[in-house]
Amino acid sequence: MSDISLVIELTILVLAIFLGFEVISKVPTMLHTPLMSGTNFIHGIVIVGAIVVLGFADDTFTKVVGVVAMVLATANVVGGWFVTDRMLEMFKRRPEPRKDSKT
Amino acid sequence: MISDPDVVGLLYLVAIVCFIVALRFLSSPKHARKGNWVGGVGMIVAIVTTLLLDGIGNWVLIVAGGVVGSVVGVVGARTVKMTAMPQMVALFNGVGGGAAALVALAEFHEVEGVLSWDEALSTALSALIGSISFAGSLVAFAKLQELLSGRPIVFGGQNIVNILVLVASAALGAAIVAGVEGEWAIVVLICLALVFGVMFVLPIGGADMPVVISLLNAFTGLAASATGFVLDSTVLIVAGMLVGASGTLLTLMMAKAMNRSIANVLFGAFGQVQVGVGQPRADDGRTVRATTADDVAVQLSFARKVVVVPGYGLAVAQAQHDVRQLAELLEEKGIDVAYAIHPVAGRMPGHMNVLLAEANVPYDQLKEMDEINPEFPQTDVALVIGANDVVNPAARSDPASPIYGMPILDVDKAASVIVMKRSMAPGFAGIDNELFLDAKTTMLFGNAKDSIVKLIGAVKAL
Repeated sequence: MSDISLVIELTILVLAIFLGFEVISKVPTMLHTPLMSGTNFIHGIVIVGAIVVLGFADDTFTKVVGVVAMVLATANVVGGWFVTDRMLEMFKRRPEPRKDSKT
Repeated sequence: MISDPDVVGLLYLVAIVCFIVALRFLSSPKHARKGNWVGGVGMIVAIVTTLLLDGIGNWVLIVAGGVVGSVVGVVGARTVKMTAMPQMVALFNGVGGGAAALVALAEFHEVEGVLSWDEALSTALSALIGSISFAGSLVAFAKLQELLSGRPIVFGGQNIVNILVLVASAALGAAIVAGVEGEWAIVVLICLALVFGVMFVLPIGGADMPVVISLLNAFTGLAASATGFVLDSTVLIVAGMLVGASGTLLTLMMAKAMNRSIANVLFGAFGQVQVGVGQPRADDGRTVRATTADDVAVQLSFARKVVVVPGYGLAVAQAQHDVRQLAELLEEKGIDVAYAIHPVAGRMPGHMNVLLAEANVPYDQLKEMDEINPEFPQTDVALVIGANDVVNPAARSDPASPIYGMPILDVDKAASVIVMKRSMAPGFAGIDNELFLDAKTTMLFGNAKDSIVKLIGAVKAL
């Protein structure tokens, strides 16, 4: 991991807050559940932390904690992605033109 | 192996851009699924980059953990019924929070010597918020899965205990920042946060779940972001914070849709303890009028405009496919059918939309509250299926009602209203609903699915 100064990290954080508000406010109510599920998947990024901790672990304690973190984070990533995909698959179908169903 | 930190940083930047694009694509149902794929690519880039970092070892453990987690994730996500989505989202949210807390714990253990104040602060925050999110999400899961009662679980002095637990955790966090190195400190901190997580979701009723779920989602994002400060990882900081911001915004929107403050939702503990707040007004001589499926079928068949108002009861009865069938039958008769979606109907933000999308209801028929409310005066029949609070006129008229001030769907302005409910049993209804006593309201009792199947038969027979 590179060493970045705290101030730069805070700058990035604050920009991310504004960006987050900006991007999310464009999501229609209809898609709020997939949005929750999609962001759910994105916070699975904590898997990066789990890999780092486990990958550099030396003693048993850290290894045990790391493995559990790895399992939880992977479940978050994989589960979050598949749930979101399943939901969005349902939204993908374009509504059929109403006139067709009248025949 | 990648040893150049700039290359690592750039690859993480690619992942960040993918996540932002993924969220950006969610602004339309057309591109949303593609967006999720882009997000997936970003995640793979981030994971592979991390695996290739110089010095990463313990491959067997990493792979083993990854395989177990993937199996759990795929099986869980694939097999869950669409109606069980809210609890699934809660569960995957919780495990993310748990992972963040564990990463903080391991980092605290690994670091030798005194942590700098900012590292200590982010470690403590990550452990605290991650644990709250983990425990809170599990309780939310248990409530939604009906392993625990969906009603608020309250006991005397609950808020005081909550505050004490929170103050104790904050004090411990401060001690860690001040340089306490003992591992006991972070372990106790995690335990306290777990207790707080449980205590803070227990008193929240089922009806307030959309707010809680999106708040916990924000928490996990914040915990991941704090972990990013611990590990000096930009991708964690940004991705975590995007989720934190999104969850916060959604939470505020949900609270606003109920016209309540977040504090009121979280600590008001009345979600569903609305029983007995508005006393039954049966003594004024009005009674509810029950009707039959055949009568309703006639009413529907001779209407010009029908608005379906779905609520959590529809999800519980899993009647979404039958509702769509009924709506199609009516449309074949030339009747205009729309669905009125209240922002907090169901158990998570946008719940009704997903439910009806699963049943292939065209999404242009789903109308949001502000759009559909002016249409109720021209509506012949409003068909309320398993919704209650979101159509309760007391929210407009009765300042004593706990939901007073909440914007509602104005179904009482329709020419006639049909309410499908399982029963009038007190306690089931939560607060009394004036709408049920209204002269133009008739009640069709029974399980929503059975009732709608009967209705379909009756409409066909006409």
